[in-house]
Amino acid sequence: MKGQRLVLILLSSLLVGCAVDVKPWQRDQLAEQKMQLVTDPMEQSFDEHIYFSKEAASGGKGVGGGGCGCN
Amino acid sequence: MQLKNRTLRRQLSLATCALLTGIPGQASSADWVVDAGVMSYSESDRVSAVKTIATGQRLTEETTISVTVLVDTLTGASPNGASAATTSQTFTTASGTAYTATEKETPLRDFEDTRTAISSSWEQVLNRLFRLKLGADISTEDDYDSLGLNASLSRDFNNRLTTVTVGAAITQDTITPSGGTPVERSATDGTTLAIQSKEEEKSTTDLLLGVTQILSRTTLTQLNYSYSLVDGYMSDPYKIVSEVDAVTGNTTGYRYEKRPDSRIRQSVNWTTAHHLTEDVVHFTYRYFWDDWGIDSHTFDLKYRYEIGAGHYLQPQVRYYMQSAADFYRHSLVDSEVLPNYLSSDQRLGEMSSYTIGLKYGFPVFTDGRLSLRIAYMQQSGDSSPSDAIGSQKQVDLFPTLEAMIVNVNFNIPF
Repeated sequence: MKGQRLVLILLSSLLVGCAVDVKPWQRDQLAEQKMQLVTDPMEQSFDEHIYFSKEAASGGKGVGGGGCGCN
Repeated sequence: MQLKNRTLRRQLSLATCALLTGIPGQASSADWVVDAGVMSYSESDRVSAVKTIATGQRLTEETTISVTVLVDTLTGASPNGASAATTSQTFTTASGTAYTATEKETPLRDFEDTRTAISSSWEQVLNRLFRLKLGADISTEDDYDSLGLNASLSRDFNNRLTTVTVGAAITQDTITPSGGTPVERSATDGTTLAIQSKEEEKSTTDLLLGVTQILSRTTLTQLNYSYSLVDGYMSDPYKIVSEVDAVTGNTTGYRYEKRPDSRIRQSVNWTTAHHLTEDVVHFTYRYFWDDWGIDSHTFDLKYRYEIGAGHYLQPQVRYYMQSAADFYRHSLVDSEVLPNYLSSDQRLGEMSSYTIGLKYGFPVFTDGRLSLRIAYMQQSGDSSPSDAIGSQKQVDLFPTLEAMIVNVNFNIPF
């Protein structure tokens, strides 16, 4: 059930135009730290560095961050 | 009483944040926030890395200034690019140290390096709809220096349900390997080195276009397109490729690798967060492609399970797959016409990788957070490719890589 719900959400998020209006005072949950698209910038920095140095693909989440000789 | 006040302030600032910005930002009642983290990354029998990061952020209503300091120490052994063989193989580093790979062992070169990096950013609310972020990074290690600048501008639309971001970054890197860079594609017996130059350069331009959309009271999604143009030296000066006999498959020599001096990387990154009343699900998919012939898919799923009282468990699964670069070769045949570009770096080969991890987080002090994470990564490719010749069929031509990742992060507002 939860899985179906997730798939539905993922598919529906492709249809950005279908988004419903969410008033500013209804955005309490969206404002929580755990709902940020990057909840833990430090962990993301660790992970991006690992994968950048071990895989051919990189980037996608933003610009900047600094280079290194690990790849 | 103070606690109550702080909680109230926090709630008010959360509400203010939600009112002022359609896309919620990090809400905090503090003027200063310090994040610090330590990560240990260790491959079985290969590289070990310890990374320490500290970030200080000063937050006011309209401005966020952030400074990050990072120190990386790496020790261990890394593949030198030569294939495993049925006989032992001896090599010498540019500094004159000899090392040997025994029969059927993948040749690994010992190394150690320390990287120190500082990055800073300044984020400013320009007016009701626009936000600007400017950043700079500098990084230095024994044989590599990097300097970068970046800027991004965001504008809210549609009653702040939609945010469009454009970003750009330029990075200038200088590569100074000990002993100089070898002549690309030059033959070596594993101990001699013909020097091409003492120093090489590489410049990167990144462009990004992103749309963030609030889909409902509980769902937020973001789609980014990134374009990156890299110009300059991209070969790995420490990597060689084995040359083998066309019939026996025995190693007869080695060549330094050579990669193209230009690369265009593109990606589409889609990330979604969904609030399930208490728990939160994050999902990211990235499609990446470049003009070296590499395509890759990355899937990342995190589920944050709220235990109660601010404690949570977060399992994570990540799956990654890539196709090989056009010029990837596990080895060359010594009688063939030398290709224009060649590399046996497994990171350019066809492979897949998965990571599974678990994170535990809980509140500390008044508004602080602490988290511990442990993860396991495994990367594998074709160990017995169909074009292996003779004795090559007895060795592992794509050894599986396994690594453990442990990290601890603090976030403390003042």
